[in-house]
Amino acid sequence: MNRGSSSGRFRNTEAANGLMMVSPTAIYAVLLLAAPLIAVVLYSLMVDSKVGLSAGLTFDNYIKVWTGRIDQALMLRSLTVSAMVTLVTVALAYPVAYFVSFHVRPERKSMWIFLITIPFWTSYLIRVFLWKVILGYNGVINSGLMNLGIIDEPLTVINYSLGSMIMTLAHAYAAFAILPIFVSLEKIDRSFLEAGQDLGESKLMTFFRVTLPLSMPGVIAAVLIVFIPTIGDYVTPELIGGGKLPMIANRIEAIMLKQNDKALGSAIAMTAMLIVAAVAVVFLLLNRRFLKGQSK
Amino acid sequence: MTFSAEKTNMIEFRDVHKYYGDYHALRGINATIKAGEFFSLLGPSGCGKTTLLRTIAGFEDISSGAVLIDGKDMANVPANIRPTNMVFQSYAIFPHLTVEENVGFGLRKDPRSKDEKARAVAEALEMVGLKGYGKRAAHALSGGQRQRVALARALILKPKVLLLDEPLSALDKKMREQMQVELIKLQRQVGITFILVTHDQEEALVMSDRIAVMFEGQIAQLADPETLYRRPASKKVADFIGTMNFLPAQVISDSGATVEIDAAGFGRMSLSPDQVMRGDSEGGPTIGLRPETLTILFDGQTASDREVFGTVEEVVYYGDMTYYDVSLPGAPEPMRLSMRNVPGRPVLDRGAQARLGWSPGAVVLFR
Amino acid sequence: MKNPSLKLYAVAYLIFLYAPIALLPLFAFNDSKVIAFPLAGFTTNWFAEMWADQQLFKAFGNSLLIAVCASVLATTLGIFAARASTRYKFPGKAGILGLIMLPMVLPEMIVSMALLVVLIAIGVPLSIFTIILGHVLICTPFAVAILTSAFQSLDRSLEEAAYDLGETPASTFRLIILPLVMPGIISSLLICFTISLDEFIIAYFLGGNQTVLSVYIFGQFRFPAKVPAVMALGFVLVCISICLLTIAEYFRRRGIAKTGGKDTGGFL
Repeated sequence: MNRGSSSGRFRNTEAANGLMMVSPTAIYAVLLLAAPLIAVVLYSLMVDSKVGLSAGLTFDNYIKVWTGRIDQALMLRSLTVSAMVTLVTVALAYPVAYFVSFHVRPERKSMWIFLITIPFWTSYLIRVFLWKVILGYNGVINSGLMNLGIIDEPLTVINYSLGSMIMTLAHAYAAFAILPIFVSLEKIDRSFLEAGQDLGESKLMTFFRVTLPLSMPGVIAAVLIVFIPTIGDYVTPELIGGGKLPMIANRIEAIMLKQNDKALGSAIAMTAMLIVAAVAVVFLLLNRRFLKGQSK
Repeated sequence: MTFSAEKTNMIEFRDVHKYYGDYHALRGINATIKAGEFFSLLGPSGCGKTTLLRTIAGFEDISSGAVLIDGKDMANVPANIRPTNMVFQSYAIFPHLTVEENVGFGLRKDPRSKDEKARAVAEALEMVGLKGYGKRAAHALSGGQRQRVALARALILKPKVLLLDEPLSALDKKMREQMQVELIKLQRQVGITFILVTHDQEEALVMSDRIAVMFEGQIAQLADPETLYRRPASKKVADFIGTMNFLPAQVISDSGATVEIDAAGFGRMSLSPDQVMRGDSEGGPTIGLRPETLTILFDGQTASDREVFGTVEEVVYYGDMTYYDVSLPGAPEPMRLSMRNVPGRPVLDRGAQARLGWSPGAVVLFR
Repeated sequence: MKNPSLKLYAVAYLIFLYAPIALLPLFAFNDSKVIAFPLAGFTTNWFAEMWADQQLFKAFGNSLLIAVCASVLATTLGIFAARASTRYKFPGKAGILGLIMLPMVLPEMIVSMALLVVLIAIGVPLSIFTIILGHVLICTPFAVAILTSAFQSLDRSLEEAAYDLGETPASTFRLIILPLVMPGIISSLLICFTISLDEFIIAYFLGGNQTVLSVYIFGQFRFPAKVPAVMALGFVLVCISICLLTIAEYFRRRGIAKTGGKDTGGFL
């Protein structure tokens, strides 16, 4: 009959039911995601030699990775490529999302979104490979141009270059960028825009002062959702870069599997995760600032 | 609207408390609801009326106390076997089923034959005025029709108590008024105890045999509509149920049999014990007068009881009614009063002098 | 409010999205070993070559097995998580769900390396089974996302109404909840199936000597002579994907129509 225990009981049953319900999925994630990630953290703090992993913890691996020339260059390349991909993807995607949200009749919107998402669900490998076919030395563009007599020799600038990698990845993650922007544009109350124009602003001004700021959370989500997987991409540097322009993921594979140095490989993986986390935090803070600005 | 003693108690709340964590949602509810009664739980949002209804249905466990239905303690009786059925605020019509399947949903374990069940469904649909709608898809219905399906679905199981959680709040005004009348008729027809949760005082007054007014997890007053309106137990109840003018008063003598007071603007009067509401002394003794108990007297008319003079401060014309704010000498605030606009009766202008008729019998004293 | 240049841009963008895929049938039926213009005439040889490849069938069989297992398991786990997140409050909810959704924003390389390190350390042999483990992990967030929106559109009073009308929690789940979220379950199964079928990195690193379809394709890219047959295979795969997606979209829309909801577009 006392209130402490009875209110406690209520909470317990609700909380217990919820925890019970989520537990199969949570246990799976703990065992197959959290535990391996913790293992990687531990590995990264050990030293891998021929006799096995050392017991003591050290930052040697991180020092090696952060000061090593090759690793620095690779990190920088990965960052450059995914930053460029993100910029290109989001910039190209925004007008499309805007068009679908504002200029397509409501009943046809899901058709457009469906059309945009279809290529995303077709084989990633084959799509990447198709770009190799298009951009390669004897590829579609070169053979086509030569056939038309526009060029005499195959262009070399378009194959095995950072540019082709950026092109390929930008194409691969296009749908990822459009969807969050579209969702945030859809959420904008259309009367805000009318209010903007009612107050005598031009359509362009309304866009820059109302629409763009209000859709910023979607843009930031798009940035993250494109940036994170591209910085860890493995296939494109292998196929498009021809293995000559490796990125972080290829480096992790090389160190971990080919050189069999799990400790150093783990340190690279952790470094990559730190970079991703740092970028994510920066953008999430930006997002919070935008949300705050809106609520004023 | 009186109830004879032989009517049995259908619902009994015994010191019911409910906590959500540290939030004390129900603070000692004691009440009985009679069999066959149309009972309303009335109060502002967050007062605990829906929570109380859900403790009857069995959707909320109570923290302490007891809820009895037809004399049986419901402590360990889950919602699916309680003799109650509910009409939800959102109607909760199963969108993937037809109207028929919705109405017959509760009959799944009924031992009757298929034909008998189908007949029961048809009867239930006819009762709520949806004859011939059985094959329709439920999600294609209008708000009013969903409401009727929800009613039929609950009533087909012949529950001892039908619980209605703000069933009319989603309907427009015309539809709402129509459904109010239909619900009253339906309740008389089936004779089942109806318990209605509403925040609309007019709806509660129109439909109920008795009303429990709730504030902050407690029942502030439980009475029939007339008592609630004419003799509200506190200023808060009075204010929630319609409009009331409040004026400070001084108690001159209180013999128990009569109370002599001197009220600002109205002077001395003596009140009978049923006009005195004790226990609401906040802000000192106060009298309350409903707007319609004050009458503007025109040339030649004389008051049946007493008269005061005042000045018209504000006039609001409503078509069938006119509301006046009249300031009385000695009263701190103007009095709101309402006059029906009958043929030949003029509407006074602001600034006009008005002679008001009133009766001490209409006055309530809160002390 | 018509803006022709914007529409033109959107159409151009769609063409950009589809252009590489449009090349697939072109070269799949092209009678030449080199993938280059001009086209050399029509042939179905590449499909015949693909059809005759035993390795391909073995890989495809593995992929199917993995995709079926991974989509069923991920959807099952997704149902638990989505139900818990939409229906209950419990301590650590945000953290737990965050962990479950994490693979969505984690580079796959890191997921697969972390898993690989642990699997090797505890001595689990790499096989189809380990690929399934990895695929369940990366498919679950998508299942949770799809199913959460399915469970969210479910009015809680529907459950209470069924319970009130005499059903038990179990029969309420069967009669009310399951039919109403079924479109979500089907689209989750299809999407997880597609993701698993398409996935390369985990299958490549966690598969040991077992080859799946994506790994097989990746291997074929090294041999220019095999490329036209891969084009043929790619064409078939794209057709299958589009069929599956259309079915998924159909069920998603039917789910919305069934509950009388409003279509807000898109899978994600």
